[in-house]
Amino acid sequence: MALLEVEHLEAQYGWTKVLHGVSFAVEDGGITTILGANGAGKTTTLRAVCGMLRTAGTVRFDGRRIDGKATEDIVRLGIAHAPEGRGTFVQLTVEENLRLGAYGRRDLRDLARDYDRVYQLFPVLAQRRHQTAGTLSGGEQQMLAVARALMLRPRLLLLDEPSLGLAPLVVREIFRVVRTINREERVSVLLVEQNAAMALSLADHAYLVETGRVVMSGAAADLRRDDAVRRSYLGY
Amino acid sequence: METFIQQVVSGLATGGIYGSVALALVMIYQATDVVNFAQGEMAMFSTYLAWTLLQAGLPYWAAFFLTVAISFAGGLLIERVIVRPVEQAPVLTIVIVCIGLLVILNSVAGWIYSYIQKPFPSPFPQTPIHAGAIVFGAHDIGVIAVTLVVLAFLYVFFRYTTLGLAMRAAAQNPISSRLVGIRVGWMLALGWALAAAIGAVAGMMVAPIVFLDPTMMSGILIYAFASATLGGFTSPGGAVLGGLLVGVTENLVGTYVPFIGTELKLTVALAMILVVLVVKPSGLFGRVVVRRV
Repeated sequence: MALLEVEHLEAQYGWTKVLHGVSFAVEDGGITTILGANGAGKTTTLRAVCGMLRTAGTVRFDGRRIDGKATEDIVRLGIAHAPEGRGTFVQLTVEENLRLGAYGRRDLRDLARDYDRVYQLFPVLAQRRHQTAGTLSGGEQQMLAVARALMLRPRLLLLDEPSLGLAPLVVREIFRVVRTINREERVSVLLVEQNAAMALSLADHAYLVETGRVVMSGAAADLRRDDAVRRSYLGY
Repeated sequence: METFIQQVVSGLATGGIYGSVALALVMIYQATDVVNFAQGEMAMFSTYLAWTLLQAGLPYWAAFFLTVAISFAGGLLIERVIVRPVEQAPVLTIVIVCIGLLVILNSVAGWIYSYIQKPFPSPFPQTPIHAGAIVFGAHDIGVIAVTLVVLAFLYVFFRYTTLGLAMRAAAQNPISSRLVGIRVGWMLALGWALAAAIGAVAGMMVAPIVFLDPTMMSGILIYAFASATLGGFTSPGGAVLGGLLVGVTENLVGTYVPFIGTELKLTVALAMILVVLVVKPSGLFGRVVVRRV
């Protein structure tokens, strides 16, 4: 069953239309990736799902319409978004950032255990817990963004370009954690990436977006073998 | 030496009031990037409210806390009804709205209560406190104590409660705040509510000194601007410290520089604003705000 179903999603910035009827789905417990070049509309798609833009089309989460709802209400349903540029609260400490991650949660039981859990997934954050987030390195901030999203105990995790500007080793580390939480806690993931090779190795389903339209979709393994995808996005 | 210590203590008392109003200014400034020019008149109106409650026969502290509570609600209401519709408007629009609020509150207070000065009681004993050869006014000591309690309360609220943390987050990064489920609009309203409540306390503390009339806060507001500028408009702690510095400086200059006396004290505050803006525009503890344009 699909946890997130998006149909004919349209969005625009001012007069410029960016999404021309994008449709896709994220299976419950699955990892779906949206690939595409710069400016294809990947980030816009995530922002539209979160109600950060005015949109047309339908978005269903767990069978219920969520399009038109306010961002904070969508988040409270269990959709955590680690945005492009990470969106950390740079003047607050690592621990305060994590505390805010749990803000939209109704069920605050096991909060202590969840802190331990994210510190165990990202040990470097435990060392930095009393430092302000602005003093962290780029990789550590991305880890914090993912950790903060996990503190919501989300059913769906939206990840926007987690690999952007980071060393390959750090990217591998973050992808490892995403795979772990997907397997062990059945958190569904919608991943937007330019690093197609990494994304396709992690995801089970993939969509290819070009100038605001889905041009190809299928199992990640199939897309990886597709000649056109290989030439344009994998670069070999 | 006795004069010096007495002047410093009484400077700390008035400085605490300047600092409180400055803190209220900084809270709203950090959340919305707007200097609330109506802050002083809001405090004045709260003080009249307290006066009405006292006239109705309420004991002082009952009237005090009731006034704080009503001011809190009033601040919330002002944000929701008056400020919210212009939230997305250019800064100048919001400034004009604040100035409009200032004029309205001032005239309404004058209309209801007249412009004649009224005495306002102090909750503290009239008899001065003697410490050796030094004499302190009991009201001064009381004001310092009340200011410290207010600051301690705010510190604990912002530092240790989840709501306080959410308010800080909303002020720093509204977009990310929405993404963790914070209702940013309500956090801004809460900021106005808290600022109004702090202003109410400051008004009730200063009224026994300056007497109650619709313009009683205009001078205080200028000192508060000086305090916030000196401490830095981006630093709550700096604003309070700035207030204490302004209060003490004002008193010492008034006492020891003969030609200034009591008449030119306010000029000292304006001079301080000028010097800070020329020498260190971000204030003593403020951050330099860099904006992408």
